[in-house]
Amino acid sequence: MTYQVASEFARSWGLVFLMVMFGCACAYALWPSNKRTFDHAARLPIDEEGQP
Amino acid sequence: MWDHGKFERNSILLIAGILFVVSIGGLIEIAPLFYLENTIEKVQGVRPYSPLELAGRNIYIREGCYNCHSQMIRPLRDEVERYGHYSLAAESMYDHPFQWGSKRSGPDLARVGGKYSDEWQRDHLMDPRSVVPESVMPPYRFLAEHELKTRDVQALLEANRATGVPYTDDMIANAEADLLAQANPESEGAEAVAARYPKALVRDFDGDPTKLTEMDALIAYLQMLGTLVDFSTFDANSKDNIR
Amino acid sequence: MTHLHSGERPATPGVLIGGGIALSLAIMGSIVAARYAHDSGFAAHAWIFAAGFLAGLVWLVRRYANGIPADDLTPYADGVVRAGVIASVFWGIAGFLVGLIIALQLSFPNFLYFPDLPFTNFGRLRPLHTSAVIFAFGGNVLIATSFYVVQRTSKARLFGGILPWFVFGGYQLFIVIAATGYLMGITQSKEYAEPEWYADLWLTIVWVCYLLVFVGTLWKRKEPHIYVANWFYLAFIVTIAMLHIVNNLAVPVSFLGSKSVQLFGGVQDALTQWWYGHNAVGFFLTAGFLAIMYYFIPKRAERPVYSYRLSIVHFWSLIFIYIWAGPHHLHYTALPEWAQTLGMTFSVMLWMPSWGGMINGLMTLSGAWDKLRTDPVLRMLVVSVAFYGMSTFEGPVMSVKAVNALSHYTDWTIGHVHSGALGWVGYVSFGALYCLVPWLWGRKQLYSLKLVEWHFWISTVGILFYITSMWISGIMQGLMWRAYNDFGFLSYSFVETVEAMHPYYIIRALGGALFLIGALIMAYNLWRTARGDVKSEAGAGSAGLAPAAAE
Repeated sequence: MTYQVASEFARSWGLVFLMVMFGCACAYALWPSNKRTFDHAARLPIDEEGQP
Repeated sequence: MWDHGKFERNSILLIAGILFVVSIGGLIEIAPLFYLENTIEKVQGVRPYSPLELAGRNIYIREGCYNCHSQMIRPLRDEVERYGHYSLAAESMYDHPFQWGSKRSGPDLARVGGKYSDEWQRDHLMDPRSVVPESVMPPYRFLAEHELKTRDVQALLEANRATGVPYTDDMIANAEADLLAQANPESEGAEAVAARYPKALVRDFDGDPTKLTEMDALIAYLQMLGTLVDFSTFDANSKDNIR
Repeated sequence: MTHLHSGERPATPGVLIGGGIALSLAIMGSIVAARYAHDSGFAAHAWIFAAGFLAGLVWLVRRYANGIPADDLTPYADGVVRAGVIASVFWGIAGFLVGLIIALQLSFPNFLYFPDLPFTNFGRLRPLHTSAVIFAFGGNVLIATSFYVVQRTSKARLFGGILPWFVFGGYQLFIVIAATGYLMGITQSKEYAEPEWYADLWLTIVWVCYLLVFVGTLWKRKEPHIYVANWFYLAFIVTIAMLHIVNNLAVPVSFLGSKSVQLFGGVQDALTQWWYGHNAVGFFLTAGFLAIMYYFIPKRAERPVYSYRLSIVHFWSLIFIYIWAGPHHLHYTALPEWAQTLGMTFSVMLWMPSWGGMINGLMTLSGAWDKLRTDPVLRMLVVSVAFYGMSTFEGPVMSVKAVNALSHYTDWTIGHVHSGALGWVGYVSFGALYCLVPWLWGRKQLYSLKLVEWHFWISTVGILFYITSMWISGIMQGLMWRAYNDFGFLSYSFVETVEAMHPYYIIRALGGALFLIGALIMAYNLWRTARGDVKSEAGAGSAGLAPAAAE
């Protein structure tokens, strides 16, 4: 493996791969149907009256 | 009732996701160092440490010298003028572990070998402020009193060979003899050490020929640092040496 | 009235028998190892292992001799968290004290070095300081808070019965082995990974059990969603396991000796080490403590986190980018240039998720900023996030090669680390401890909020002394190294730069002393709180409502 090959691969497919991964994280975070789950989750530290 | 299977799946999925995401960076940065051919320059002169040097290096590590002294000269004008030719990857290729350091509370030691006399090194280690009044370095008087332990020196070389350091069978078989002979120029084995380890300095380092101390070993190590590479055959601008 | 849910197995005499046999075997094994040790350090460590296992055996027998202790029947396993809180305070003070001692050694080398006592030298005490504050103090804070948080946010008792106690005790044993090793000169010289091979193996066992306890508790949870703080804890546990194992790969010289030879050497070892070293910062000192932020700030402020969605993006981008940043510790070295460039690029990018997290923490207070005036504990937590923002801005700047050429090898790095360590890790831990002690010991409030004020201000002045003196001494030394005179020669010898730093070293030691004093005040306050004492303070109300002391 030479430096040239590795470098070109990283700059093209590597970049695409990273952007897709970032897109997935954002999509998961912003997906409308997840909103209710997240709103509930955000209150977990505060509403912990329920015992195990 | 809740669905336990789904719960376990979710947390396993989370762990798998974390492992996947945190593996990428390390794999892409570290793995190529083992495969890219020009990671380490091709140079003349670098050899494995002699047993005495290696024992000295272990004392250097034991005392935590790396906390205050780097062994990595950067290719910056002032560093090259102050310390000498910038450090090559090849110069630490047999260092397990590396000793590049991260902080210079004291000066860089990558090329300290031969810069000072053995006497200066001994005096400085015994009481740094006797030779450098402003120094903040601790004193190491006890090194001159502790006899060097030679047990396991052969195993030490074998362990190094297991990690890829090219010690020969000959070197390993003679490890203990070489260790003793390097600090005793009158001994029979003195020539053999120099033959097995080119440029090895064979002499009594700590000024006390009656015993082999930790001081002998540490000074033997310090005095060879940065002296191995033959820079007359090294072309920094050659295509092979640009990384 | 306490009761147990189905699926929760109380400790039975089986624990006593099984644990007793395992510990007895471990004690005998340790004694045999001590007998045949190849060096005195290994023998000493074998004896310490034996003593540790014996202490565990005595504890186990006393605990279960009269049946199942009440502590095993509570809805939440809080005994082990209480122990973790005590250990955190103890190791914190020990670590700060050693830091002060080595700062004084560099200030007054004629008085604090002893030529015939090797274990008092800077080279052996410095790893003792770093490990004590990072792994002993920080590690105990993380283990204790993670055990607390995962139970509350999962509404489930800790998994594993006696296992959490093994994690706690085993971790303390690791700390003692590491610390005594440094004093005896047993080190593999890799910064923040100095302990030798057998200590590394022991920590690996403890860590796997830690992961098991944590994940097992998540499996028992009664909430469908895993709260985001647990994501950060999980990333911390899993990634530290990976880093620890890879960076400590070594060939022991003898299985009965303390010395090992690192598997990787030279440039590969250097990058592996700083991949580890920087992510010890990223996953131990950042991800773990961000988990504390994501639980304790909302809890204390009684408001949900500013944006849960942001916390998710924060999480994935932070853990992804952090892992690449290691090579910035090796700028201009013999590391290939492409790796340095990658390290720099990702370090600069790291600024974004770091500040995303900071904004998320700070904005949680929106609409409740007045609480900062009345609640010094919340203020400590929030100021820690501000310090986090400051040091995660400074970090990317220092990772730029042109800046790094000046800052590397100097005290600027030390100052940067301490703005994160004292300001961020220290304060967020203190904040969590101030919250935890009243909750865990069932007290309505802290012994004294005024003492929290004192702690806060004394420590803050200490931090400012520390980081400003290190900025000056670091930048000054960097500039002196590269200064040329009119004739084109270097202006200063090395030792002249050392001499010039002397006053700043004294100021730094003063800053460290103030920080230690603050921690001692905290220890006193927490001790009185645990005892159930309340200091009558003019107008003091309940914990969250007391007026601020004079500022």
